[in-house]
Amino acid sequence: MKVKLRIWRQKNSQSKGKFEVYELNDVAPDMSFLEMLDSLNQRLVKEGKSPVAFDHDCREGICGSCGIYINGRPHGNDHRTTTCELRMRRFKDGETITVEPWRAAAFPVVKDLVVDRSAFDKIIQAGGYISVNAGAAQDANSIPVPKHNADVAFDTASCIGCGACVAACKNASAMLFVAAKITHLAQFPQGRVEAPERVKRMVAKMDELGFGSCTNTRACEAECPKGISISTIAKLNREYITAKLKD
Amino acid sequence: MTKLNAKIPEGPLADKWTNHKAKLRLVNPANRRKLDIIVVGTGLAGSSAASTLGELGYNVKVFCYQDSPRRAHSVAAQGGINAAKNYKNDNDSVYRLFYDMIKGGDFRAREANVYRAAEVSNLVIDHYTALGVPFARDYGGLIENRSFGGVQVSRTFYAKGQTGQQCLIGAYSALSRQIDKGTVTMYPRREMMDLVVIDGKARGIIVRNLITGEIERHSAHAVVLATGGYGTIYYLSTLALNSNGSAAWRAHKRGALFANPSFVQIHPTSIPVLNDHQCKLTLMSESLRNDGRVWVPKQKGDPRKPNEIPEDERDYYLERRYPAFGNLVPRDVASRAAKERCDAGYGVGPTGLSVYLDFRDAIQKKGRKYIEENYGNLFEMYEKITGESPYEVPMRIYPAGHYTMGGLWVDYNLMTTIPGLYAIGEANFSDHGANRLGASSLMQTSGDGYFILPYTIADYLADEIKTPKIPTSTPEFDSAEKEVKDRIQRLMSINGTETATSFHKRLGKIMWDYCGMVRNEEGLKKALGLLDELKVEFWNNLKIPDTAGELNQELEKASRVADFLELGKLMVYDALNRRESCGAHFREESQTETGEAKRDDENYSYVAAWEFAGDGNEPILHKEELKFEYVKLQERSYK
Repeated sequence: MKVKLRIWRQKNSQSKGKFEVYELNDVAPDMSFLEMLDSLNQRLVKEGKSPVAFDHDCREGICGSCGIYINGRPHGNDHRTTTCELRMRRFKDGETITVEPWRAAAFPVVKDLVVDRSAFDKIIQAGGYISVNAGAAQDANSIPVPKHNADVAFDTASCIGCGACVAACKNASAMLFVAAKITHLAQFPQGRVEAPERVKRMVAKMDELGFGSCTNTRACEAECPKGISISTIAKLNREYITAKLKD
Repeated sequence: MTKLNAKIPEGPLADKWTNHKAKLRLVNPANRRKLDIIVVGTGLAGSSAASTLGELGYNVKVFCYQDSPRRAHSVAAQGGINAAKNYKNDNDSVYRLFYDMIKGGDFRAREANVYRAAEVSNLVIDHYTALGVPFARDYGGLIENRSFGGVQVSRTFYAKGQTGQQCLIGAYSALSRQIDKGTVTMYPRREMMDLVVIDGKARGIIVRNLITGEIERHSAHAVVLATGGYGTIYYLSTLALNSNGSAAWRAHKRGALFANPSFVQIHPTSIPVLNDHQCKLTLMSESLRNDGRVWVPKQKGDPRKPNEIPEDERDYYLERRYPAFGNLVPRDVASRAAKERCDAGYGVGPTGLSVYLDFRDAIQKKGRKYIEENYGNLFEMYEKITGESPYEVPMRIYPAGHYTMGGLWVDYNLMTTIPGLYAIGEANFSDHGANRLGASSLMQTSGDGYFILPYTIADYLADEIKTPKIPTSTPEFDSAEKEVKDRIQRLMSINGTETATSFHKRLGKIMWDYCGMVRNEEGLKKALGLLDELKVEFWNNLKIPDTAGELNQELEKASRVADFLELGKLMVYDALNRRESCGAHFREESQTETGEAKRDDENYSYVAAWEFAGDGNEPILHKEELKFEYVKLQERSYK
């Protein structure tokens, strides 16, 4: 199949970017979206041109490295799919595909489609953990956790930190990301001691880093490749209010 | 000439680690703050070591090439993590876990190390649970277990089919806590380019900042490599695309011996190759073999769809050949059995290079909901890639390069042959022998980082408490940095016509054809020549665009491929040297009448540790004899 690509090219964080158009005539429907970009890059290198930079690693939808805004949607048009899992059979022959980086003030563009998502790490560093040193834990079965809680913890800990939620949100809010972590850690008896401090610090850090506020458009939930539910945001709000009331 | 001293403690097997710990020296908390430790890599090994060393109060610097430590490739481990908890009351024990690993590794691992890995496994589960890793639980709220290949008990802890991801999030959160506290400094998007050795000790690393292209110097009192395996040497593998062997290779060239490099696990259940553009093979967890049955049609080239083939015309070849373990034979055995069927013409799919993994019976017996709960995400992944639903039709699978049992040689303290340089997790060689059992890698890598290295490294650092901060202005740093810059300059200035990826593909094919699932003398010798030719061509015809002073992913690839071209040759030397079959290393010349691996204990019961002897020279072999005091060497049978 054939595709026409409109790709955002930007040399570095300082320079102004622009779209450039590339045509590919030999795309196989079985190819992943990134394999399609790989083949474009192979061509560009051979032609002595600069290949398109993009983040990627595991290529199986679990590391969270990849993240491209495709035809106006983070990770493209497939439901619950990362960019690396997206297949070209999801596109029409002859289609023009617009390819952009995540756009959010808190995620500055590094080069082409590569952005800096270190803000997410900083939010986790502000309390997204249970404080226990290696060697200090009791037997794993000494604290039963209801299956429902374990399942919720699993679902929310499935967040891969790709940033699609922020890219999808018109306010570039990181609420779903923060809410997933708060909800994950709220499922266990251990770590409750530090829960109020955790939620206050993480929310403050999120605000400080320039993420926008949540206006409940649910775009994050719709685009999350791991299907994390917006109900986590309600949980986050509950944890936050409870923590604030204790102040 | 380097002498190998594994430093295995005296005394009964079960007491070795306890006795050893009692003798290891300590560093007091006030002194820890003055000691710098570099950790390279942030998978389960690197994250666990870094957070624990941070908790202890050392000054830790951590490096990873990804944009965030949470993305390291441990994230992709699927099926589970073993521990000898015996929660299932099926008569499991530390000894039994140890025995299964020794046997699974085809008697080519060190008894003492394996026993210790089994011993600390329970602590690992406790710690992950405390960190909030949601292992699967039953309705009573207690933890569930399942079974894995090569064992007859259920000792695998799991979080659906993404145990690695869930564990890494736990390890990453603990690491983040230390970064928050200031004991750990994180350097993401850095690639280690060389090791700096001063007066015989590892004292630092040279890294390339992948965003700016700057070459940086970092010093420390000790360096820990947690850089994973080198399975991407095959180009197509189950690994992340950027996983590479360069850090280990650089350390090797600086004097660290490399052990059993040819021991590579070919995983039996990966999604088969679909097209020429493919850049990786996606793994389907071994846990699927708990409920899936592997088969091919009894009739060669059977044109019917799988669901149309009646029961008695299916050959469940694993159940037929290995009735005791059935579909849960170890990976090396399952991989070779699949290759045997496909080579004999019974393979299925468009290329004939795949076999069925069928869930029909399990869905009928246990219900779709059970399958969804246990394997839901794997089924989804499979469907996205192939466009077929495994609920409706059997999966098609084929073996793919996966895990490297070989790695940097380490002693019982996990120290390489360079004093002060440690290797943990997949980067070392010590615990899996010639074949790793499923769910043992998460166990070993976490055990190394949380409960072994933090103790053993103190013993070394106890001598360093008077050593002031290592300056980065020494001649050794100067020359290491210059060598790195010169090498990058050489790569950039070749200006040929072929891309790094294209060379990587060609390298991968040589390795897969001659040093993959089966090896023989003739093929291996041929590979040596082919690798030499390819290396010459690489250094004369490589093309890298842009400059070295910016984000340049083609340069990153080229640098890794350049190292792989050399490491590949070492793998071939090692495979040539070992004229026996053991575990994943299958020499055609050495097999039983029924086609199973035939060991030669008299001549090859040793670890082959290779010393770098200069570019273009044959590496020098050192042997560490393996002594088996507690298990009896026997033919490894799963029948």
